[in-house]
Amino acid sequence: MSYSKPKFKEKYGNFINGKFVAPVDGEYFDNTSPVDNSLIAKYPRSKQADVENAVAAANAAKETWGNTSAAARAALLNKVADIIEANLEEFALVETCDNGKPIRETLNADVPLAVDHWRYFAAVIRAEEGSATELDENTLSMNIKEPLGVVAQIIPWNFPLLMLSWKLPPALAAGNCVVLKPAEQTPSTATLLMEKIAEVFPPGVVNVIHGFGPEAGKPLASSSEVDKVAFTGETTTGQLIMQYASKNLNPVTMELGGKSPNIFFNSVMDEDDAFLDKAIEGAVLFAFNQGEVCTCPSRLLVQEDIYDKFMERVIARTEAIVQSNPYNTACMVGAQASNDQFEKILSYIKIGKEEGAKVLTGGEACKLDGELGNGFYVQPTILEGHNKMRVFQEEIFGPVVCVTKFKDEAEALEIANDTLYGLGAGVWTRDAHQLYQIPRAIKAGRVWVNCYHAYPAHAPFGGYKKSGFGRENHLMMMNYYRQTKNMLISYDKNKLGFF
Amino acid sequence: MKLERVAITEKAAALVKQLQEKHGELIFHQSGGCCDGSSPMIFEKEDMYLDDSDVLLGQIAGVNYYMNKDQFDYWKHTHLTVDITEGRGSSFSLEIPMGFRFIIQSRLFSDEENAVLNNSSVGE
Repeated sequence: MSYSKPKFKEKYGNFINGKFVAPVDGEYFDNTSPVDNSLIAKYPRSKQADVENAVAAANAAKETWGNTSAAARAALLNKVADIIEANLEEFALVETCDNGKPIRETLNADVPLAVDHWRYFAAVIRAEEGSATELDENTLSMNIKEPLGVVAQIIPWNFPLLMLSWKLPPALAAGNCVVLKPAEQTPSTATLLMEKIAEVFPPGVVNVIHGFGPEAGKPLASSSEVDKVAFTGETTTGQLIMQYASKNLNPVTMELGGKSPNIFFNSVMDEDDAFLDKAIEGAVLFAFNQGEVCTCPSRLLVQEDIYDKFMERVIARTEAIVQSNPYNTACMVGAQASNDQFEKILSYIKIGKEEGAKVLTGGEACKLDGELGNGFYVQPTILEGHNKMRVFQEEIFGPVVCVTKFKDEAEALEIANDTLYGLGAGVWTRDAHQLYQIPRAIKAGRVWVNCYHAYPAHAPFGGYKKSGFGRENHLMMMNYYRQTKNMLISYDKNKLGFF
Repeated sequence: MKLERVAITEKAAALVKQLQEKHGELIFHQSGGCCDGSSPMIFEKEDMYLDDSDVLLGQIAGVNYYMNKDQFDYWKHTHLTVDITEGRGSSFSLEIPMGFRFIIQSRLFSDEENAVLNNSSVGE
């Protein structure tokens, strides 16, 4: 089945204080589709003044929203989920157009998962409770969770609606007002969502501003009128945002990517069965979402005694990937999100080759016919080399995996942990001991065991090392958006006796 | 013998010049990690806090080029050339509103070059 490019208006506004408004200085930027490099629409090129308006709207709304009952907040979060679900196909199409990812992915993963994250946090605030401890017979210590106030959120372009749905629900559920800035490459689904839910929240509770990082992102991240900044992106910007936050003594959460190892022990090939088939697919998941995933399993570690046979099947499965029009449901790998990403990926493949990596498959741009020839497509690529090569150490953010072999468990762990990052990892084995011991020894926040690339709500997700900190997708994220008010209450009628 | 670790193309240098006229003194900082990571970022000199954990690789178009020390360990055997490409990153890098992104082209240092570089401290 094939879809086509959805219709857009000529231009869109920022969503501030419950309505769409033009940028203060009237400047817009052209947003294009990586599918064919065609124009989508104009979006506001916001500056400091727009940011200030959005932050002011959020501050004006925070008192009332923070005191809204959990039942009422949960009902509104559920309403958003219902609205996204009722318009699933429209969201999926707009996402594919804006990001370049295959329509089968947006229909079956991005949008349904987004729906579930809203529902999860609606459920969380109906079930959780504060705590109280009787310290002695006359003294009660009571902990009440209070919202921080106004939260700034800056999200990336690889899963635009899903990243929004990782960020907004916990902050709103916790009783905060939010100013969210989508990435300038992918402003469309955030805008579509604001159109659909414009009436759901009281004005000022959710605000979305568009624009460029140095002009809109920086004033938002450094605003002294926000109480917290949450960011997903890369390390230098993460460091800058922490620096700005330090000036305001604001808390931050950071999700900064990785270079995740995906480890296959020899027992996966003990049988030629459904599990081996699953494992082969697990190795090929590097190409999922064009490799534009913070946890892309971009380092493939295979035990040496199964290496040749295993890789033969991984290569065959990689070469069977259908790369075509992203609007066609048969397409498995779509377009890279932008030209600069496309160029970066190709420059990494080049340095990989120079460093002596062997190209087992792919290794070039993928030329598609017609209008798609203007889009940004890269062949799924497997590079064979060793872990000290730059392609093994740096996030390429493309459909490129670097494979190397290991002798035993010790060497697998040494290679797996020889990285600056620690976001995700995969471990594949039929050995019950390895199933537990290897994940525990890997320094990463999420270890998939006999699976990969699952991101359900209710399983905490976040990084070790330079991959950042904070745990999203789980009720524990609520506490990154809240204060704890401790009330220490005395029921003793008698004085201390000091004075 | 003195070797450079980092160079810049004419097109990229012209863009740096435009940014210097607008923003004054600048620095490059090499980013890592996801999304727009693994790319050079350019900022106003005072914007980013730098210390001993940042290695100065050299100066290009009048702009110091820094990289985190941990990252440098994995990059030091490669020569970097800063170039530009059309596109739109989503970091705070100053060229983004102009519709360009700085991008790194790399090549391996030869054995002779590595021998010289290993005997001199970074940034000399």
